[in-house]
Amino acid sequence: MKIKNRIFIGIIFLIFIIILLRLWQLQILNTEKYKKLAEQNRIRIIKIPAPRGIIYDRNGIPLVENIPSFAALISPEYIDKVDVNLLAKILNISTEDLQKKFKKKSESIYMPIRIKEDLTFKEIAMLEARRSEIPGLIIETEIKRYYPFGPATAHLLGYLGKITEQQIKNNPQYQNLPSYFLVGQTGLEKIFDDKLIGIPGEKIIEVDALGRELRLIKEAPPVKGEDIYLTIDALLQEAAYKAFEGHAGAFVALKPDTGEILSLLSSPSFDPNIFVEGVSGTYWNELINNSQNPLLNRAIQGLYAPGSTFKIITAIAGLEEGVVTPDRILANCTGGISFGTWTFGCWKKEGHGPVNLIRALIESCDVYFYELGRILGIGKIYKYATLLGLGNSTGFSSEEKSGLVPDEEWKKKIKKTSWFLGDTFNTAIGQGFLKVTPLQMANVMATMVNGGTKITLYIIRGTEPYKENLNLNPKNLEIIKDALSGVVNEPNGTASSARSYMIKFGGKTGTVQVVSKKLKEKVSYKNIEHHAWFIGFAPVEKPEIAFSVIVEHGGSGGAVAAPVAKNILEGYILKKRQLNVKN
Amino acid sequence: MLKIDRRLISSFDWVTLGVVLFICIIGILTIYSATRPPLDEGEQPPFYVKQLIWLIIAIIALCVFITFDYIKLKDFWLIFYITGILLLIIVLFTGKTAMGAKRWINLGFFSFQPSEIFKIIFIISISAFLEDKQSPLSIKDTLKTLLIFGIIPFLLIVKQPDLGTAILILTITFIMIIYKGLRTRLMILILAILIISVFFLWEILWEGLKEYQKNRLIAFIDPNIDPKGIGYNIMQSVITVGSGGLFGKGFLEGTQGPLKFLPERHTDFIFPIFAEEWGFIGCLILLSLYFTFFIRCFQTSIIAKNNFGKLLALGFTSIFILYFFINIGMTLGIMPVVGIPLPFMSYGGTTLLANFIGIALVINVRMRRFELFYP
Repeated sequence: MKIKNRIFIGIIFLIFIIILLRLWQLQILNTEKYKKLAEQNRIRIIKIPAPRGIIYDRNGIPLVENIPSFAALISPEYIDKVDVNLLAKILNISTEDLQKKFKKKSESIYMPIRIKEDLTFKEIAMLEARRSEIPGLIIETEIKRYYPFGPATAHLLGYLGKITEQQIKNNPQYQNLPSYFLVGQTGLEKIFDDKLIGIPGEKIIEVDALGRELRLIKEAPPVKGEDIYLTIDALLQEAAYKAFEGHAGAFVALKPDTGEILSLLSSPSFDPNIFVEGVSGTYWNELINNSQNPLLNRAIQGLYAPGSTFKIITAIAGLEEGVVTPDRILANCTGGISFGTWTFGCWKKEGHGPVNLIRALIESCDVYFYELGRILGIGKIYKYATLLGLGNSTGFSSEEKSGLVPDEEWKKKIKKTSWFLGDTFNTAIGQGFLKVTPLQMANVMATMVNGGTKITLYIIRGTEPYKENLNLNPKNLEIIKDALSGVVNEPNGTASSARSYMIKFGGKTGTVQVVSKKLKEKVSYKNIEHHAWFIGFAPVEKPEIAFSVIVEHGGSGGAVAAPVAKNILEGYILKKRQLNVKN
Repeated sequence: MLKIDRRLISSFDWVTLGVVLFICIIGILTIYSATRPPLDEGEQPPFYVKQLIWLIIAIIALCVFITFDYIKLKDFWLIFYITGILLLIIVLFTGKTAMGAKRWINLGFFSFQPSEIFKIIFIISISAFLEDKQSPLSIKDTLKTLLIFGIIPFLLIVKQPDLGTAILILTITFIMIIYKGLRTRLMILILAILIISVFFLWEILWEGLKEYQKNRLIAFIDPNIDPKGIGYNIMQSVITVGSGGLFGKGFLEGTQGPLKFLPERHTDFIFPIFAEEWGFIGCLILLSLYFTFFIRCFQTSIIAKNNFGKLLALGFTSIFILYFFINIGMTLGIMPVVGIPLPFMSYGGTTLLANFIGIALVINVRMRRFELFYP
């Protein structure tokens, strides 16, 4: 054979050897890898969110429910064929927004694109009618979280949102969840997310290259999350929400003998039902830019000086330390005392005259407590304030603020100056460096009326709380309780205007100066008004509820906060009666 | 009337035809598997039926093209070649555009790819042209061949643009010239010019490529760069082949084709579909069939009674091998993706017809190897 013929045949051989070697490499050596890749192509695992657990109040009223909702999706392969203008018109969104969504696409190029969630029945009907002009349209039934009490429970329950990268990093349980899953972002939805979330279901589906689902290979149904039963009283919560209309502030109510949290309210609030499935940009911006910061949970995160409500602590310190008796006239109030170049005024410029402890509490005489504070010294005040739980979070939630009780050491360390008597004066009447949350103050009130037991607060029914007897003299507690009843029920009490004929309650008012009096005369905006406090209990005879009310920039505690408390209590009682009549 | 010599029938090349028909049947079955709807959608036109019809037409054409003595074609080569070139020019002006390239002429009742017809004309013509040239070729003849059969059709086909076919035509020209015999000095010169021009004109060539051609080259060099984009075809093709394993997933059990992960699954990427379902063993059998076919065709070239026959058989053998290697190589990820079908297996009427005419001529050469005198 001629040499060139041999070369030609050699080349043919070479070609076949190359092909065979490559086939050997692909089909024999690496076949497992490619089999897996081929399977990954056609198998899609879809995680199905489990219905979240329901959250009930103490009487079995659901505070959050799962309701069906409908979402519109478009298969990506049909994007070019969709009548964009029509779709935008039906769904009432701008054409540009729609185009943006189309361009963005979802995580997988084959996954349907979510166009709009929470469709109304009218929108669904219109979409169905024009289906031929919107090819690739999918209307999916989903479960939506619905909060029947809306803003009234917004801070308490929190809201859901798509899992953030941070959350995936911190919580191993989130690691296998797709990013469109909703998990608790704040409030109880966040704290108890591990219980509420349930076990997601799984659908193993065969898909083609366009992402069309061809057949179901395997399905594991989701397991609903655990239900949660709270100690919260929905009616009280609602009554509080109504009473706070137009006010910024917070309300906390506890069951004094058990430590159960009956109500946690922060105002202004937001509508958690708009938050479901991602809040719209405009609503979110509104909330973020609102100077009143509606997203802040003031009940546990708001820090305020306690004002005159702190006098309860100064008083119990005085009684327990034996430096005063209820009847002893400790000071003659002439509207203030001078100390060196400083003048410490009483809120009542004309003075209270000679005052004992009972009158000092009822009429909230500052001069009496300056004197008592001077006698006690900051050390003792600090001791009783921290004993009653101030300066420390109650342990109920990790989002809680712990506040501040100052002492000499703290001042030296942080403020780099020594402690002055004036600081003691200010602390004794609840001003100065003191910082407390409404939750802490409600807890102080609870301890005062339950016989001196500090209880770890809780919100899940059936929790065994940690109880600590503070060994306070029951007689002293009784003295203070009587005096606090007088604050509301005696004609010269600072909260006498809030006296209720429906329920006899007691408590202590507090008015916190936001700016100095001099400055206040120069400017007159609402946000330089005083913060109004009222912490109390009801009914006086056998307290079933201990509470705290703060109204930011409301004015005086007696004129603003105490009436709010009264409205809450009366609103609650009326609602209860109404329900009983119905039943 | 045609007089059919008994000896012609007895020396008919049943092996080549049998092997080719076998490959065609495998092809039709694979087309059926590749285009079967995953569910009963029923929207797909039945490609396998169309291919079967084309096969019958192709067999009829084969019968026609073996009835006359191939020698007669030699006399008409110039007319053929001018017609072929004209077709290529016509397609540039009136051609139907498909996937960014003008490759089709629409005749109303059906459209065809002139470059397929041109391939046959080209091989007949270059064989006729080179037949009585002295061997080894003189410089003048070499340059003439290169110009007429290399450069001119290359430029016309590149313009369509169909770079794959253009390079193929040029390669065949070279093979024919080399086979005819080339002076060593000339060969070195041409090689040097080629290497230098590629070296210096690389950038100009690169810039001259269409976007999709560049993408194909990038994807070939590293398919992982963008597996959902330009490298997608290669990745999916390799996955399809690899997932077949030793014995394959079984006929109609493949997933990559019917679920549409593999693009062009019934045309250019028909081989992976076969490899997925029949595995390494199946591929071995299929490759043996092709191997037998190529060797048989080349044997025809060796035993042909005259130079024209030799060149004709060689030309067709070369074109089949090149198509085969480029296509399989592309599906295995060892060649860049160029839109070249696998002979006898890929779906496509004109191509099948043209290929059968090609085999008819090869068989024709073999049948008439004993006829010593021109009739």
